[in-house]
Amino acid sequence: MALSGIFLMLFLIVHLIGNLQLLNDDGGESFNAYAHFMTHNPLIKIVSYLLYASILLHAIQGLLLWQHNKASRGTVRYAVNHVRSSEVSSRNMAWLGIVILVFLILHMYQYWFQMHWGNVPFIEYNSLDHPVKDLYALVGASYQNLGYVLFYVICMGVVSYHLWHGFWSSFQSLGLNHRKYTPLIKGVGIAYSVGVPVLFAVIPVWMYIK
Amino acid sequence: MKLNLKIWRQGGRYKGEFVTYTLDNVNEHMSFLEMLDVLNESLIGKKEEPVAFEHDCREGICGTCSLVIDGRAHGPMQGTTTCQVHMRHYKDGETIVIEPFRAKAFPVIKDLVVDRSAFDRIIQSGGYVSVNTGQAQDANSIPIEKEQASHAFDAAACIGCGACVAACPNASAMLFTSAKISHLALLPQGQVERQRRVISMIARMDAEGFGQCSNVKACEAECPKEISVENIARMNREYLSAVLTSDIA
Repeated sequence: MALSGIFLMLFLIVHLIGNLQLLNDDGGESFNAYAHFMTHNPLIKIVSYLLYASILLHAIQGLLLWQHNKASRGTVRYAVNHVRSSEVSSRNMAWLGIVILVFLILHMYQYWFQMHWGNVPFIEYNSLDHPVKDLYALVGASYQNLGYVLFYVICMGVVSYHLWHGFWSSFQSLGLNHRKYTPLIKGVGIAYSVGVPVLFAVIPVWMYIK
Repeated sequence: MKLNLKIWRQGGRYKGEFVTYTLDNVNEHMSFLEMLDVLNESLIGKKEEPVAFEHDCREGICGTCSLVIDGRAHGPMQGTTTCQVHMRHYKDGETIVIEPFRAKAFPVIKDLVVDRSAFDRIIQSGGYVSVNTGQAQDANSIPIEKEQASHAFDAAACIGCGACVAACPNASAMLFTSAKISHLALLPQGQVERQRRVISMIARMDAEGFGQCSNVKACEAECPKEISVENIARMNREYLSAVLTSDIA
């Protein structure tokens, strides 16, 4: 869980940096060029397969862990549950993860699937010697739907909550704990879990307003 | 004061259900267990089956007492065993729900008594050190850095009561096991079996049917000895290095 989680967190940073180009006011030139590069570079292709495998591994392992842990609790539940001794996010990682998985399926169908097998029109730019698929227009069109923008923003909230526990937790599980560095890990974890989803959420909101 | 006690009864004529008892004249200076003693006296007087619960030293150091009181292992106070909880923390007319520790690896024997022998088997699997026979070595001949000794002592403070398992939503025994492993891994005396210990204790822990740690930290919050989850990270580190570098299968 920890290793695949850390890989996914690293991916999120790259994904965010790439997607922030959607905010560029250049008619999608930089973003479409970037999308073309990401779908044609062989090295990126290898990493992307690693990514799909990590998502599946993380999800399957997480669900199996959830099931195993529930069974370890036994058949009779406590009549009174004191929940204040732990964080809400840490107790609900499985539920948060399931929401994220559903979001990912939709997200990948809408962009990844369309980009690879859908009918995305080509567009030509003077700076590029070949036409590229206009993913920018596809993304822009989807963010004209207020419902989808809201769904996206809420899902980013869920991602944030998942990371709120997941960041520090992955270091703890790998035994990477130190009196000097753990406060730094926790601090970076808070900044990451809030910062990254907020920046992701800014994209649809910005494109909707624009 | 007057209290309503909602207590889990299991065994004998009880199939596993809550029974409510009303207890008058509870003295605020009584300990929680003394209050249960008073309840049992009255039940015996009425020719009813007394409530079974575990206790021994009643000084907060043996780890025998248990109970989940109003959803919290060892009751409402931080860093305290059930035997050290006093009735002055409760108000007149209050209802208190008392349940046994719940985990698949801690089956209920009777009422509030659970079988915690899984912990003994984890200790047996590796919680020991090799010591030469003959005359005891002078303690001061083995230098130990002060901080290191303090960390080992903090881990050694674990009384093995099982509150960590009771509080954990996964019924994981990793705080207990990691405290035992840390205690010995941090000391020179524990080096001989260091790798074998962590591998076999974790294998035993899993075989007993405890859940896996998902870093919820409810164990740390409920531990009567306030054992830190730092120990769990240390155990994970010890385990990774033992699995990767030792030739133990």
